[in-house]
Amino acid sequence: MTDLTLEDLPLVEDCAPEDLLEAPRALKKENVEVKPSQRRIVGESVPRLEDPALLTGQGHFLDDIALPDVLHVAFARSAHAHAAVTRIDVEAARAMPGVHAVLLMDDLESVVTTRRMPLSAAGAKNTTTSTPFILSNDEVAYVGEPMVLVAARTRCQAEDAAAAIEIEYDILTVVADAREAAKPGSPIVRRELKTNVLNSIEVGYGEVDEAFGKAEHVFATDLWQHRGCGHPLEGRGVLAEVRPADGGLYVWSSTQMPHDLFYALTGVLGLDENHLRVMTPDVGGGFGPKYCLYPEEFAVPAAARLLGRNLKWVEDRRENFLAAIQERDQFWKLEIAVDANAKILGIRGTLVHDQGAYAPKPVNLPYNSATALTGPYIVPAYYIEVQIVHTNKVPVSSVRGAGYPQAAFAMERLLDLVSYELGIDRAEVRRRNLIPLDKMPYTKPLKARSGAGLVCDSGDYLAAQAETLARAAWDDFPARQAKALAEGRYIGIGLANAVKGTGRGPFESGIVRVAQSGKVSVFTGATAMGQGIGTALAQICAQQLSVTPDSVTVISGDTTMSPLGIGGFASRQLVTAGSSVHIAAQEVAAKAVKAASAILRIPEDDLELVNGRVQSCADSTKSMSLGDIATALRGAPGYAFPAELEPGLEARVHWKTDALTYSNACHVAEVEVDIELGEVKILRYVAFHDVGKRINPMIVEGQLHGGIVHGIGNALYEFMGFDENAQPVTTTFAEYLLVTATEVPPLELIGGETPSPLNPLGAKGVGEVGTIPVAAAIISAVENALQPFQVRITQTPILPPTLFHLVRAAQAAPLKATITR
Amino acid sequence: MLQKTIKLQINGCERVAAVDTRTSLADFLRHGLSLTGTHVGCEHGVCGTCTVLLDGASVRSCLMLAVQAEGHHVETIEGLAQADGCFHPLQDAFRDKHGLQCGYCTPGMLMTLKELLRETPDPTEAEVRDAISGNICRCTGYQSIVNATLQAARVMRMKKGD
Repeated sequence: MTDLTLEDLPLVEDCAPEDLLEAPRALKKENVEVKPSQRRIVGESVPRLEDPALLTGQGHFLDDIALPDVLHVAFARSAHAHAAVTRIDVEAARAMPGVHAVLLMDDLESVVTTRRMPLSAAGAKNTTTSTPFILSNDEVAYVGEPMVLVAARTRCQAEDAAAAIEIEYDILTVVADAREAAKPGSPIVRRELKTNVLNSIEVGYGEVDEAFGKAEHVFATDLWQHRGCGHPLEGRGVLAEVRPADGGLYVWSSTQMPHDLFYALTGVLGLDENHLRVMTPDVGGGFGPKYCLYPEEFAVPAAARLLGRNLKWVEDRRENFLAAIQERDQFWKLEIAVDANAKILGIRGTLVHDQGAYAPKPVNLPYNSATALTGPYIVPAYYIEVQIVHTNKVPVSSVRGAGYPQAAFAMERLLDLVSYELGIDRAEVRRRNLIPLDKMPYTKPLKARSGAGLVCDSGDYLAAQAETLARAAWDDFPARQAKALAEGRYIGIGLANAVKGTGRGPFESGIVRVAQSGKVSVFTGATAMGQGIGTALAQICAQQLSVTPDSVTVISGDTTMSPLGIGGFASRQLVTAGSSVHIAAQEVAAKAVKAASAILRIPEDDLELVNGRVQSCADSTKSMSLGDIATALRGAPGYAFPAELEPGLEARVHWKTDALTYSNACHVAEVEVDIELGEVKILRYVAFHDVGKRINPMIVEGQLHGGIVHGIGNALYEFMGFDENAQPVTTTFAEYLLVTATEVPPLELIGGETPSPLNPLGAKGVGEVGTIPVAAAIISAVENALQPFQVRITQTPILPPTLFHLVRAAQAAPLKATITR
Repeated sequence: MLQKTIKLQINGCERVAAVDTRTSLADFLRHGLSLTGTHVGCEHGVCGTCTVLLDGASVRSCLMLAVQAEGHHVETIEGLAQADGCFHPLQDAFRDKHGLQCGYCTPGMLMTLKELLRETPDPTEAEVRDAISGNICRCTGYQSIVNATLQAARVMRMKKGD
């Protein structure tokens, strides 16, 4: 046997004469003019591979997965923002129809290694005094905190039983306002803590006091910023399947972070890694809330292990309002120092960040806000002190933009203040301070979370602003405004610039494998949540392998298929997973050529990869399909394998990065304010983005549209209200307003395509940059519209009642009316 | 729990099923009939994700009990394409114009728009926006949905003209 070589394998012989002759000819006919191997796939608006299933009701979202004998879970949750729990009586609930189990934390003790969640993915031991409990039975610290798990035959039976659990509380003092909570002597959010201040950080560089000392002008402002919730249309959900054959567990979660959950669950459940598989089904939107791990994601798998039953929990919208993370409140106090020409000399201030009752993640969000403030501008000296403060509200983590929108809002409000005080056009103030092209790449003396320097790597910010202003007819606006005012209409225009660090590392996995059928599979730790990442990765892979995108299947978010992975956040996946897939596909292509060379006995230099076949450049009838090469490389029992080749037509790449690559944006909004109703109508919205090389322009545009409209919500509509006892008061979509189609004008997108120098695709992330400048641009426009009343707006969102009262106050006291919450 | 046997049409087919009287139409479709294309987004009647057609008119299937559908014709996303699998013009246009991202609100959008285009074959952009103002989409910003709908309307008018 051993004297046989790969060339002797029957399959190779079989495919040589006829199959290989016919197919390439047929394919060639369709592409007379363009050489197929050079056909552009990357950069084309390829229709999405995800769409056919989603358009016909054949998607597989978490609640669509049907497992046999599944029990349905509901949680009893805290009714109070802060209380000691004195009694939990579950007897009545246990006796209710269909109820299989009612479990407290003590009941789960035997199947978990810790009663509280680990911080991020560093193992079960990595709990802190601020990570949430799996079930909280001694003290509750926010309304909606999960306390008791009920498993029943149907979901309604489980919910009825959860409602029948009798819980008695001793109400404790509630800490509702982060600014008050930070003061010495404040009541404490949880009795185990000595202070509400989770962390204080200082961010800055340069000689700030000196800058302020020599400044011609110093202006100050206080800002309140509120960003509400993420609200993907599909809420959270967890499904756990016990695997009796090997004692293992399958967990599906509607999460952005399946690998994070995998590592955390192995620790908390004490499971071997080979006994656990975490998968994301179709995810009905992420937007940040699914970046966190949650108590329910531990309680459900733990209970499944305890009961030996398959369990499903599907969040309803009320639970999403109560118990999914929010971004909520930041309170900024800022000063800006400028010279006589409005050149920035320095910025300093403080930021109080409402963290909520627990910190399920490291506190990346306020760190992002603090380091992102200076954005696309040159700020020679900067210092900010950040206090991250617990309150008795649901925990805070990232929503689309992750602290960057607040940073942009703060910076742009400061620049508008400079403009207002010095009487210089707002665009001109920005023009004097934007990082010019000749200073690119521009290093800010700040550090990203990875420790790497913060470098604006590429992009022409001045040209971006100029193009946006021209498109929006900025210079003509005063005339339009005067005309409108003469008609009794208050119209205004505003602009804002922004950058977003994207492509956060350290890596993302990309595995490319060709099957014997010739079909290509891509496996990645990137998580699909609606962005079309599957299509984009298929395009990248197809380009390198000279196949069509629809012959590529992308399997994402499955910890067994992709053992290593990081997940979906920080506009990172196209850059990181895309780069890995790009390189892996190149390696597969090279390997295919090398293998074909050995098999066909043609030098590699004389072979090319065309339409999924490796063929002789001189004679295209001498060729092998990728499928046949994969078949050859799979090996055959006992047959020799060419020494120069490795088995399998596949490659596995983990492209690494510590740096962020910066997308940039400039937005101009034109609005009309109805001063009698406090209502803002957006008349026109022009948005420039440079997100580097666009893999699929159609998808890019969709991400930008969605991002901008999220920002419109943050500027004008979305407000997550709590009363003074930290009871949530906006817990339906009738009270918490998401933007609907009638509030959005046609969005005018323009853009550049400066390739990123930091990755092989030249790509930059696009998921969040559209959101970041929106509130700043719209509030600037609203303020501009209200110039006749000389009002200053220092908050976002600005809802109709606030705007109405602001105008009324200005009319009553005609000078500067300022609002600060 | 009270049960009742109901008879109704689903996407043109007669169905008879026993349902708990408390079961919503959405839960009945999803879990009783395994028609999981109809999604629920808020379960309080605001987001429009669960929209289906009842005798041709859009309704929130989360706000209706299954027993109320007795004797009526319910159309869901699963019945939108033709029996041979050919897409409805709205489905084609949504794919062409990127009218969906995560796809969760999409079935409700499509059913709402099917009703619109039946009643208003040549809608203005404002009419399309008004028609879907009861359907929340967090992903798309609506513009691509509006564009897709206008394209589908053109195609449907052309087909009718044939």
